[in-house]
Formats: sequence, C-alpha cells, structure tokens
Amino acid sequence: MKHQSIPRVVGKLFMPLILLFALYVQFHGDFGPGGGFQAGVIFAAGVVLYALIFGLDAAKRIVRPRVIEILFAVGVLLYAGTGLVSLFVGRNFLDYTALDPDHPAHGQHLGIFLVELGVGVTVAAVMIAIFFAFAGRRRLR
Amino acid sequence: MTEITDVALLIFMVILAVAISRMQNLFMVAVMMGIFSFLSAVVFTLLDAVDVAFTEAAVGAGVSTVLLLGTLALTTREEKVAKQKNAFALLAVIATGGALIYGTLDMPHYGDANAPVHTHVADRYIEKSGEEIGVPNIVTSVLASYRGYDTLGETTVIFTAGIGVILLLGRALRKGEKS
Repeated sequence: MKHQSIPRVVGKLFMPLILLFALYVQFHGDFGPGGGFQAGVIFAAGVVLYALIFGLDAAKRIVRPRVIEILFAVGVLLYAGTGLVSLFVGRNFLDYTALDPDHPAHGQHLGIFLVELGVGVTVAAVMIAIFFAFAGRRRLR
Repeated sequence: MTEITDVALLIFMVILAVAISRMQNLFMVAVMMGIFSFLSAVVFTLLDAVDVAFTEAAVGAGVSTVLLLGTLALTTREEKVAKQKNAFALLAVIATGGALIYGTLDMPHYGDANAPVHTHVADRYIEKSGEEIGVPNIVTSVLASYRGYDTLGETTVIFTAGIGVILLLGRALRKGEKS
C-alpha cells in the first residue's frame, strides 16, 4: 500500500488519534470502561496500521523488535514488583494499601495504576511482536 | 424492547456462524469472523458488560482479524474441500453439540437474581469497593485489586505467548533490523 495516497493520508491522520485513545483508555480505566489490556491492544493496533500502510521495515525502525522483547518482561516485572513492594513492608503480596499506609485508598489508586500500566506494556509489546513475526515471514512454496 | 434486540442479534450471529462454516473463501471467512466478534461486542454492551465488549471489539474484531489475514497471506485463500463425507466426524460433532446444549439446561435463567454469581462475593464488592478501593469503575477494582493475583497470572500467560513467538519465529521478528 506504499503508493496509494488515500490510505497514507488517512492512516497518518488516524495514527496519533489511535495512540492517544490507547493512552486515554490506559489511564482512564479507573473511571470508565477499559484498562491495561484494552489499551495495550489498541496501541498495538495503531502500530499494526502503520506497518500495513508504510511497510514492515518502516514500522520496525520506529518500534524496534529488540526493545519490544525487553518490554515483554518489563510489564510483568512492573506488575510483580508492585506486589513485592507490599511484601517488603510486611503486608500480603499485591496488597496495594502498603504503598501509602496512611491513606489506603491512595495506595490502592497507585497500585492499580502501576499494575494496569504493567498489563498494558506487556500486552502491547506481545501483540506487536506477534504481528511483526507473522508479517516478517516469507510465503512458503 | 431490549429482549427483541438481544434475540435479533443472537439469531443474526447464528446465521453468520452457519454462513461462515459453509464458505470456502478464507479471506471472506476472516472478515466475517470480525463481524461476528463485533456482534458479540454489541451483545456484551446490551448486557451492560462494557469492559468485556471493549476487549471483544479490540481483540476479536481488530487484532485477531489482522493476524488471520496475515496468516492467509502466508498460506492460501481457498479452503481445501474434503471429497468424502466422514460419518464418524458428524457423529462426534452431534454428540459434542448435544452435550453442550444439555449443559446449558442447568444454567440459571437470564437475569436471575438468585444465580450463584450474584449470591457469592458480588454484593460485597459492590457495597465495599467504594470505600476500600475508591475507584469508580468496580470492574477495574475487582480486576486489579481484589483479584490482582488472577490478573498477574493472565499477564504472565500473555508474556509466555510472547516468549513462544520469539522462540518459534524470532528470526522473522528481528529481520530487517540494524543491529
């Protein structure tokens, strides 16, 4: 689709909106529908759209596979690390009230924020990686 | 009114499912599966399960359609039709379908207030999550806090899927990248 101007222009127009919407869904999950999982998928969909219009190599220059492979683990470690913090303070694993013992609700807010961020990072990275891996293969036969 | 919409949508989904199973053009099948996912997202919205609907629309109708189309680009667009009918396969399908329908007979009715899912911890979450968690969206507080351990497990599952992709297709993933 490299030489068709309408998909290129529309894609360029929509890319920032899709990524912005993904961030909105990510950080607004406490108040409305959505959360880390949905945000990660939408973010990945934005990158997939970019790769479909401008080519896989262009997308790989922006979102580097090596970085993505690291982000796989970063998300899970962020999630598990948030749980470990409360273990070190002497509470149960993933008990977010330990993050701010004076204001339990604040601690819960912070904990949910970090945990959802971890989910979003892992989901976005894995979805992009699966697409890159599929699209990067040559046709058999 | 909502019941009419629900029934109409479900009938439409059944028609779509039958149509998909009869199609031989796999490109059409992939697009139809996307439409099917989108319809189920609408059904979830009517059931007030907007978080689930969101996921279904993003994953089912969005990303998995793209992945299916990507797979088709690597393989073939036409389904290979089996020449002879297999009686054992038909029997197995009928038996499985019958068992599934028999299983639904035991399920609580639509909107039943005494259904097990409403009589266990749901009330406590609805009453207490406001003061305990302080997040307006109860789904988020259940998902990330009350059932945080389960969500950690789900994230690990996705992580494992990513590791599997790297192990199997790692070279295709990194191809074209300057190191």
